[in-house]
Amino acid sequence: MNWITNYVRPRINSLFSRREVPENLWTKCPECGTMLFHRELAENLNVCSSCGHHMPISPRERFRNLFDGGIFTEVEVPKPVADPLQFRDQKRYPDRLRAAQKATGEPEAMLVAEGEMGRTPIVAAAQDFRFMGGSMGMYVGNAIICAAERAVETGRPLILFSAAGGARMQEGILALMQMPRTTVAVEMLKEAGLPYIVVLTHPTTGGVTASYAMLGDVQIAEPNALICFAGPRVIEQTIREKLPEGFQRAEYLLDHGMLDRVTDRRKLRDELITITRMMMKLPPAIAADLPAPADETAAPQADGAE
Amino acid sequence: MMSYLDFEKPLAEIEGKAEELRALARENDEIDIEKEVAALDEKAERLLEELYRNLSPWRKCQVARHPNRPHCLDYVEALFTDWMPLAGDRNFADDHAVVGGMARFRDRPVVVIGHEKGTDTKSRIERNFGMARPEGYRKAVRLMDLADRFGLPVITLVDTPGAYPGKGAEERGQSEAIARSTEKCLKIGVPIVSVIIGEGGSGGAVAFATADRVAMLEHSIYSVISPEGCASILWKNAEKMREAAEALRLTAQDLKALGVIDRIISEPIGGAHRHPEETIAAVGDAIDEMLSPLVKKSRKTLVRDRRRKYLEMGAKGLAA
Ligand SMILES: [Zn+2]
Repeated sequence: MNWITNYVRPRINSLFSRREVPENLWTKCPECGTMLFHRELAENLNVCSSCGHHMPISPRERFRNLFDGGIFTEVEVPKPVADPLQFRDQKRYPDRLRAAQKATGEPEAMLVAEGEMGRTPIVAAAQDFRFMGGSMGMYVGNAIICAAERAVETGRPLILFSAAGGARMQEGILALMQMPRTTVAVEMLKEAGLPYIVVLTHPTTGGVTASYAMLGDVQIAEPNALICFAGPRVIEQTIREKLPEGFQRAEYLLDHGMLDRVTDRRKLRDELITITRMMMKLPPAIAADLPAPADETAAPQADGAE
Repeated sequence: MMSYLDFEKPLAEIEGKAEELRALARENDEIDIEKEVAALDEKAERLLEELYRNLSPWRKCQVARHPNRPHCLDYVEALFTDWMPLAGDRNFADDHAVVGGMARFRDRPVVVIGHEKGTDTKSRIERNFGMARPEGYRKAVRLMDLADRFGLPVITLVDTPGAYPGKGAEERGQSEAIARSTEKCLKIGVPIVSVIIGEGGSGGAVAFATADRVAMLEHSIYSVISPEGCASILWKNAEKMREAAEALRLTAQDLKALGVIDRIISEPIGGAHRHPEETIAAVGDAIDEMLSPLVKKSRKTLVRDRRRKYLEMGAKGLAA
């Protein structure tokens, strides 16, 4: 079965497209309180220039900064059955979905794209924490499967940025079944001998951590990201004691041997280029060879040009 | 001693009355209570049937968690011979919440892996109430590897409230251990069949229940989150567990309709805890029926079909 049905038409992925114009030109860093100018903050990949705090970044913004010249082609994810359980809590699930779509301008909690990163062809997938906590349901499962299939088809590595509170409760058991489903996707990559690199971002918890987000060939995390299976509150309630400082944060996991690296978002792209090129047995990237960020000629058919 | 669930209270009253009469008759032969007791027994039987014919999802959760329900080791003892438990993950510890080892199932050598909840206070604590730590999943991975190398089918018995949410468990990589166990289930070139005998609690269950064939006992449950947990998040009130249990569709019947499981194993009226022997025998027959066609398949076919099954799962929602 081919999960890729077709490509979406070119689309403007400008950081400052209509809905992304910040109403307030200044953002206060929640960590250190420094007022940061929006353009400077965006250039800094939403990392506080004063204290290094990593603020959330949307998948589209991330891809704009990951792919050469900010150019990438979106891979369309097959749509699953809507509201498979006809789930209703205090709100109807379709209403929650619509609200998330309106708030984010995205159809669901994961974006899949292909393009070049440091002249290295890759497929990338990024989870959107703003969209119902990035939760993993049928769509996210489909996204990971289609990203893996696309990577296998084109012989490219897959780089996955995780961010999720866990499985999407409104899809019940079908959300849980994304654990084995996405693990099959990871197996496809491994069998094809293609690198699967996971970048864990804040927060990555629950069933997501217990499946595709922990099965990478290389496991990198952003600084201070919360990464766990059971959340700290649940653990405190269970064991009835205070947890140590930094518990379940990226650095803590690194110390306990659960990660390969903790990397500042601003250095991540270079590192990913270096790693993927070695794993793909490509010659080292030459920095000067990279197209300038606004170069539109690098991939004429691709979208995302400003 | 029978321990009654809250919804069984009217039943407890009738059965209690019948028991009292019998005790009275034992002390005094002149009292003739036969008719009265027979009437009470019949009433109790009818009520039991009524109660269990249409258990609500929440009541099924209660039955699935019943302390007298047969647990993993009860099945192992009754259904397997030459039981040879194997311990340890070779890294850190042996997790007593997970039992595993080699055994013969109807003469065929197999590897058995399951969650064990324990039967009394002491053993429940020792078994950590069936909540596994990373070592448990890593032991399972090791045993599945062993099964794979020696061509032994794997049988898993799932009964866990969930993976243990503890400090050490997190530090030693609970999520990675679960992920690796699920990965191993998908990778092995031998048949793997799974029966959810009580609670299939979230990722802690998936780690063993990713299989060629999955069966559930009629009143067992399998869910992404406990109804109490779901209620406290979505309803902001843990007391709304009945509503959450409905919404989550966690019963064997719902999961069959969704195409997540392959078969439902009937429980005698009154549930597995009232008739453990019959239930265990039915599970044995179901395992045999699921396993027999699989053992004829090649390694390649098994792995391919298993992966395909999961890739296609959920595509049709409730229309599956
Ligand atoms: Zn700051």
